[in-house]
Amino acid sequence: MGLTFKDETFREDFTFFNSPAAIRRFPFPFPEDSYMYSVNMEPHVPGRPGSVFEKTFDVDEHYVAEMRERARVLAEDPLRCQSLPHMTLAGWDLLELIMEAKAREYPDWFSLQRDGNRWHWINRPLEIEQTFTFLDETTLPCGPMEYITRQTQGDFSLQDQRNDNLWMDAGMVTTQADWSLDFDLGMNFFEWHAPVPLAHEKQIFTRALKFLMNVQHGAPARRFNWTMTIDPLLDTSPENYPKWGPSRATLTPENVGRRMHLRVELQTFFRLPRSNALAFPIRCYLIRFEELATQPKWARRLHRVIRDLPDELAAYKGFLRNKPIMVDYLAQFDDGTPTSPGWWAD
Amino acid sequence: MTKTDFPPSILSRPTYGVLSPRPGPAHLLIADGAGAGAVLDLLGAADAGMAGGSHLIYLPGPDGTDRTAELAALALAQFHRAPSFAAALPRLRKVLGDAHMGVQIYLAGSEGLIGQAQREVMEAGLPHDAVQTEHRGSWVRRVQCVHCKGITENVATDPFLCSHCGLALFVRDHYSRRIAAFQGVNIDAEDPGSVPPPVEKFR
Repeated sequence: MGLTFKDETFREDFTFFNSPAAIRRFPFPFPEDSYMYSVNMEPHVPGRPGSVFEKTFDVDEHYVAEMRERARVLAEDPLRCQSLPHMTLAGWDLLELIMEAKAREYPDWFSLQRDGNRWHWINRPLEIEQTFTFLDETTLPCGPMEYITRQTQGDFSLQDQRNDNLWMDAGMVTTQADWSLDFDLGMNFFEWHAPVPLAHEKQIFTRALKFLMNVQHGAPARRFNWTMTIDPLLDTSPENYPKWGPSRATLTPENVGRRMHLRVELQTFFRLPRSNALAFPIRCYLIRFEELATQPKWARRLHRVIRDLPDELAAYKGFLRNKPIMVDYLAQFDDGTPTSPGWWAD
Repeated sequence: MTKTDFPPSILSRPTYGVLSPRPGPAHLLIADGAGAGAVLDLLGAADAGMAGGSHLIYLPGPDGTDRTAELAALALAQFHRAPSFAAALPRLRKVLGDAHMGVQIYLAGSEGLIGQAQREVMEAGLPHDAVQTEHRGSWVRRVQCVHCKGITENVATDPFLCSHCGLALFVRDHYSRRIAAFQGVNIDAEDPGSVPPPVEKFR
């Protein structure tokens, strides 16, 4: 594993960037030249070697820096990680799922040894070694969901399934696209998606819920979502909106390539075996427009997607005021030639 | 009947019905202000026996409406007039803790009262379908500031100033049953200082 974990920041001086290898493996979320909501689910099975789909939980060059950033967010606001009392078992399910997958798929970095319920976990990149008793909370420094998600990139929500609905009853949310776990905790699937425009009318959430309630243990699923973020800011929380909101008024034609980032969520869905809860990891990948423009197909396609996106969606995603600057910048990469099918770079 | 018609909204925004008597060994009624009208209608429609099994907790409404005298005249098994929801809370929690299977719960009045009482019912572990709600009177909202987490009661205008941190907030229809509040979000975050004049939206 010849990967070096970068020392970089997601706030203040914003030293985050993608290496050429990270750009090439970036999960570009648009399979066509236009975008509208869809359920767009597919089985979460191992994908192309080197891609973000190769492993169950992708670990990339940003891992250590992202975990450091998560610890800072939690120190500033502990409400970003919450679990209602009945969700502890689901937290253990999640811990087991992640530890087993990482130890199996990244043996150079992670190791899990089990002697009955006595478990020994080693996380070499983060220099963590822990012996604990599975299902005994007193043997970990914090709850099981918090423990393992402090060591795993992406946000996590744990959904309890009851009364023909999914209830967001636990989560670790520090890299979110402007939604509040603290406010939405305990809501059902329709309630926490309530503010999304256009999608309810298209029955998107009714169909998505039906699909998700039928996700079986051992057969996870995945889909993409996306938005835009100025500067590589992972924590675009509503809580901190007064701190990061002003940046939206500072975009110019001169800095858009450097400061505007496509923000992609790789959402995966796992049925958990003991609790029957649904684990919903939301992994965030950021790429600045300049980096994206190194792949001609992506730049051409992104120009068309953003140019033709309904204003209602651009407003919901928070970039309506900057859409003209973004479209003007991307237009220079669009010579009008067709793009090849699918989202992989040419 | 002064049943409220709310404009269509998003799916997290609560909706309310009309109270109707249901058979049960005990009836717990919690109301504020104009919710007294819903209580009077309910008992008017019920069998004569309901009053003898009813416990009513009543507080004045956010607009000052106080129909204590009419309610006291109903001769319910128990009637308690509380000056505020906070003052009613210890009694409410005791009553919910003592409640038996089959208790019927009726909530009427402002959204703040209904939401907070409903949260107590949920936390007491009583089944959701034991509860009926009816909105009457004031539309003022209970709003949580998503930034400082402070709750401002009786919000009538949009935007308004958070009573805790002072930020100018716009009022969303997004609602949390767990917090029993709507969400307030800073309106001038992107352009500090440009706050539109407040409009009285929730009377």
